[in-house]
Amino acid sequence: MTANDPSSSSLQLTADGQLRHFLTLDGLSRELLTEILDTADSFIEVGERSIKKVPLLRGRTVVNLFFESSTRTRSTFELAAKRLSADVLNLDINTSATSKGESLSDTLLNLEAMASDMFVVRHSQSGAPHFIAESVTPGVAIINAGDGRHAHPTQAMLDMLTIRQHKGGFEGLKVAIVGDVLHSRVARSQIRALNELGAAEVRVIAPATLLPRDVESLGCTVEYDMVRGMKGLDVVIMLRLQKERMEGALLPSEREFYRLYGLNQEKLALADPECIVMHPGPINRGVEIESAVADGPQSVILNQVTNGIAIRMAVMSMAMGGQMAERNRKLAGRAEA
Amino acid sequence: MTALLDMDRLLDDLEAGLRRKLEERGVTSPALIGIRTGGVWLADVMSKRLGLKEPWGELDISFYRDDFSRIGLNPKVKPSSLPFSTEDRDIILIDDVIMSGRTIRAAMNEIFDYGRPASIILATLVDLGARELPVQPDVTGRVLALQSHQRVKLRGPDPLHIELQETGK
Repeated sequence: MTANDPSSSSLQLTADGQLRHFLTLDGLSRELLTEILDTADSFIEVGERSIKKVPLLRGRTVVNLFFESSTRTRSTFELAAKRLSADVLNLDINTSATSKGESLSDTLLNLEAMASDMFVVRHSQSGAPHFIAESVTPGVAIINAGDGRHAHPTQAMLDMLTIRQHKGGFEGLKVAIVGDVLHSRVARSQIRALNELGAAEVRVIAPATLLPRDVESLGCTVEYDMVRGMKGLDVVIMLRLQKERMEGALLPSEREFYRLYGLNQEKLALADPECIVMHPGPINRGVEIESAVADGPQSVILNQVTNGIAIRMAVMSMAMGGQMAERNRKLAGRAEA
Repeated sequence: MTALLDMDRLLDDLEAGLRRKLEERGVTSPALIGIRTGGVWLADVMSKRLGLKEPWGELDISFYRDDFSRIGLNPKVKPSSLPFSTEDRDIILIDDVIMSGRTIRAAMNEIFDYGRPASIILATLVDLGARELPVQPDVTGRVLALQSHQRVKLRGPDPLHIELQETGK
């Protein structure tokens, strides 16, 4: 099991190209990414009704399987599942580093016995959702809610939805991702999505110590100087400084980081006047971003949260639908044989 | 077949039927909702013909379809858009073709999620019979008996015309 296993794309699509798991954006076409965004647009409208619920997953059981805690991600997945009329079970499982492999298998066996239809998996180890998707009973959909440093595909897609809402599309866009790219699963998924959807330029702005060695091969340009990097930007995505993931002295100090890579009004003024400011949250005010910017007119940070529910409704219903359609085709095939 | 599917006559009949039904029910300010896509074109036409001031609404019933568990989600779903609350309103629900009745069941479920309407009048341009659910239109332009290999489809929006398709089975 590796995070970059090329079988990821075949694992998450049915023979007809429908989504059946949602593990990574790798291998997903522009058409499918656009279909996810379009479907999410329809779910946004559902969120504005007096009854914010549709019956798609009625009678299905969704298990939020969080091996690593994340209040925001878990609660938006929970709300998304409930708005799709599913029954939701939240499991927060904190594992010690040594017992991870064993407890994962054990947990799975127990949950399969509960006849669950979907697992939303968050794990500190890259590739864990992939591993579960490979071993789970056919018919059960796996959604990646963030795995290690590998991917956070629903976060990246809600960011794409937010960009499309404000910019109308991706053609010609210059987008920068600023900050701790090294520890960020979101950044990898964002770079992949932006390239597939046709952004003109994806730029990462960070100190060399917070960039992975192979960063350019992900499909982006690199800028170490934020003042230079801000010029002409249409979208700036700030990353959270992953304090809990910092191993060793990668930063001189938070104050130094903020001086060089924090987003304040002065630096934002260097970008296009219509440039939008994004942040996956939770925000470290005064570490990555100035309050005046986070709460300012160019900030779309709270739109991202609202869009997160719609995106999660989209991928959950598409994956569940793909699983059921596939099972149905197999049954029909067996009946013919 | 062409004479039978003369669009102007079909629309005239649908309009006359709707006026009769509205009068019979004593409905003076109905809210019009079309089911995407053919029903939306018809909503536009009927709204003008009936002289309704209020904009019509459009429903995409993809999230309410009963075949989701068989074929998955419609990849071309678009947002529904109702520019009014359905609470206590007299609704005209309009679609191009009624057959099994499943689309109408889904549409009514969706309408109720926007509020409890006072009443719903169902209008369809063409009724092909072959019902699978106990859902009948109040007003219809024409009842057609097709052979099993034939289908009809409304094309539009400008001009609106009905296409007869041979499925070859």
